[in-house]
Amino acid sequence: MANSLTIAPAVERLRATRVWKSIFRRGPALTNRTRSLAVFGNLFLHFLPVKVREKSLRVRASYYVGSISFLLFVVLAVTGVLLMFYYHPAVPQAYRDMKDLRFVVSNGVFLRNLHRLAAQLMVLAVFWHMFHVFYRGGYRPPHEFNWVVGVVLLLVTLFLSYTGYLLPWDQLAFWAITVGTNIVSAMPLIGRRVRFVSLGGNLVGENALLRFYVLHCVVLPLIAVFLVAVHFWRVQKDGGLTVREEDGGKGN
Amino acid sequence: MAEKETKEARYEAGFGSNAKKEPVRIVFITRKTSAKVVGDIGPRLMTYPHLLIREAIVFMILVISLVTIALFWDAPLEQLANPLLTPNPAKAPWYFLGLQELLHYFPPLVAGIIIPTLVVIALIVIPYFNINIEGAPLWSGNAKRTLLIFLSVVIGLTMLLAAFRAWTVLVPTDVVGLLMLASYDGSAERRAGAKAWWRRERTLPWWVMTWFISVAVVLTVVGTFFRGPGWSWVWPWSSHAG
Repeated sequence: MANSLTIAPAVERLRATRVWKSIFRRGPALTNRTRSLAVFGNLFLHFLPVKVREKSLRVRASYYVGSISFLLFVVLAVTGVLLMFYYHPAVPQAYRDMKDLRFVVSNGVFLRNLHRLAAQLMVLAVFWHMFHVFYRGGYRPPHEFNWVVGVVLLLVTLFLSYTGYLLPWDQLAFWAITVGTNIVSAMPLIGRRVRFVSLGGNLVGENALLRFYVLHCVVLPLIAVFLVAVHFWRVQKDGGLTVREEDGGKGN
Repeated sequence: MAEKETKEARYEAGFGSNAKKEPVRIVFITRKTSAKVVGDIGPRLMTYPHLLIREAIVFMILVISLVTIALFWDAPLEQLANPLLTPNPAKAPWYFLGLQELLHYFPPLVAGIIIPTLVVIALIVIPYFNINIEGAPLWSGNAKRTLLIFLSVVIGLTMLLAAFRAWTVLVPTDVVGLLMLASYDGSAERRAGAKAWWRRERTLPWWVMTWFISVAVVLTVVGTFFRGPGWSWVWPWSSHAG
């Protein structure tokens, strides 16, 4: 196993050091016991099961779209925080910041492209994940509640994307939000009030921009992180991915 | 304990977990009900490293693809927002264009509020319906009666949608309806055996979800690419200021 041409021996020596052990609470993960410890002894991995079914690891079992949704969320959080360094939620400074990202900030266009692309893909990935889970019967007992959490996460994803849509404060953003929030006022009795509260006024203006900014950068991400944690934890507690007898086989 | 209902023993009837009390609950354990009772789950592997290495590979492929596309495909940025200059058509983000397409046909209360609310409620309650606990195919029971109900629902829906001239809803609805009809097979003997995907035996929930996805995809694609000024039909290759 140890090849003098690879870095493996160096890594193994590192893993045996006192500092490594103090950080990861274990030595090298070479036995099943230490490999279990590596999962349940780690805050960020403990929501995963220690063992997984070989069948549920196959690509056709999940296409990893659930994982991809989460990883896109991570990419969005990182690029989003970087974008926040250059953004003011004010009219018309928000639009000028978009211009600055294009012409002044190093790699500003790239940063914005990455954030927007990941956002669109996350909506697609979450939809695909939901439909895939449905067709596999992944909502069946004991997974009922986790399916409901997933539906709420889909809505949170849509709201995250929608609130982010206004932030560039260009024509595309302004009229998309105007069209969308006009639909809300069709709600019987409370429609106009709901629209007033969500926009902070009767028109899409600077109050709406500030509200959408706070929702997009603080409120909705916090809700998403909380629900994702519940979602992952429940996957493990409910017995892992749904494995079908004919896996990785055809539709139902 | 195990009570054999049929010669194949599809059900096992047991009692609630509290054996000291009277059995208040009979648990039906079928093949498709619960992940916990799936008979043979196959071999299991350690999460560390087998799952984690796969997640890492997925992450690497994802980031490489994202970076590659983001280098060449610029996010759009139009003129500064101007409340006095309404673009025609003013479009919502792509994932709401299906709803906007519905708004073209139905009153705002129906298309904007009632339908989305019903969709969300329907999605939430899916796992709490245990009507078809066996996962029996659509045509497996009284096939003739099912066919009669099916035809009246599809014809009624078609007439309703035609009355509203909601063609972009009607077409996917009837295409899925025809596929359902094509999968109809009255005789039990012929149901067995391999078939093309659209002739295979499917459950009713499978068909309903497929219908929902088909309608949603068609509406979104039409709203995104085929709608121009005044929400009129345009071809994506014809020149228009969309």
